[in-house]
Amino acid sequence: MGVGGFFTSKLDEAIGWARKYSIFQYPFVTACCGMEYMATACSHYDVDRFGAGLPRFSPRQADVLFVVGTISHKMAPVLKRIYDQMTEPKWVVAFGVCTCTGGFYDNYATVQGIDTIIPVDVYIPGCPPRPESVLDGLMKLQDKIAVQVQRY
Amino acid sequence: MDGAAILDELRARFGAAVLDTHDHRGDHTAVVERMAVRDVLRFCRDTDALHFDVLMDLTAVDYSKFPGREDGPRFEVVYHLYSLVHNHRVRVKVRVDEDEAVVPSAVPLWPIADWFEREVWDMFGIRFEGHPDLRRLLMYEAFQGHPLRKDYPINRRQPLIGPAH
Repeated sequence: MGVGGFFTSKLDEAIGWARKYSIFQYPFVTACCGMEYMATACSHYDVDRFGAGLPRFSPRQADVLFVVGTISHKMAPVLKRIYDQMTEPKWVVAFGVCTCTGGFYDNYATVQGIDTIIPVDVYIPGCPPRPESVLDGLMKLQDKIAVQVQRY
Repeated sequence: MDGAAILDELRARFGAAVLDTHDHRGDHTAVVERMAVRDVLRFCRDTDALHFDVLMDLTAVDYSKFPGREDGPRFEVVYHLYSLVHNHRVRVKVRVDEDEAVVPSAVPLWPIADWFEREVWDMFGIRFEGHPDLRRLLMYEAFQGHPLRKDYPINRRQPLIGPAH
C-alpha cells in the first residue's frame, strides 16, 4: 500500500466513524410497525444513543430510508421515488417481515419484499420487531457504514 | 323496536319484494328484490318508527364457491343499518346475478355509500346504478379484474413496478 492508499484508508475510517453516528433517517411508515418504531425512538429505548435520533421528513436530507410497514403495489412507485430522491450515500433498512418478504400478506395487494424494488442493507424481521431487534439492526447498519469504502 | 317487528314492518309494506327473512342469534336480516332495494332502504331511513339514519356498512359476498349455493345468484350485496334514535339494527341483503351485476346506488340516501360502493365495485365488480363517480377505491386504475371474486387466481400479481412473482 502506497502513502496515498494509507491516507485514503485512514480517511475512510474517519468518515465511516463520523457517518455511523450521524444517521438521519427518513421514516417511511405505512403500518403497525410504526408503533414499534416510535417506541424505539422514544426515551425508553432512546435511539438517539446511536446518533439516529433526528428523523428528516425530506428524502433529500436523509441518509437512511427506514421502510416501516407493509408496502402495497399501489404504494411501490412512491417508495421507489422516495429512494431515488435521496442523495448518496444512502442506506435502506427493511423494518418488519412485511418489508422483508411480504410477511403473511401473500396476496394480490402486497409487495413480496421491498428488495424487489429497491436495494436493502439491513433486514429486521419480526411482526413487529421488538425495539431490541431494531437497535440490533441499527448497530449492524452502523458496522456496515463504518467499513464502507468511499469513492473519491 | 325489536328485530322481528322491523322485519314484520318490511314484509307488511313490501310484500313479495321481501324474498326472505331470517334471524340468526338476534341479528335480523331481510333479503329483498334487487330493483326494490332503494325503496326498501328509503323506507327504512324515512319511517319514524324505523329511522335508520346510519348506513353502518355496505359490502358484498361472492357465493360462487359456497357449498350449496354454487348455482344460485352469484353475489349478495349486504347493507347494515343502524338507528341512533331507536338503537336498533337490521341487515338488508340483495341477491345479484353475475351477468346482471347492477344494484341501485344508495348514495342519494346516505352519502357514506359513495366510498362503500366504490370499494364493492373495486373488489367484486358489482356496479351501482346512479353512483356519481364509480371508480376503483383501493386498487390502482391499471389493475385488471376484481380481487375478491372467488375466481380471481390466488397467485395472480399485478405490480406497477418490480417483478410479478
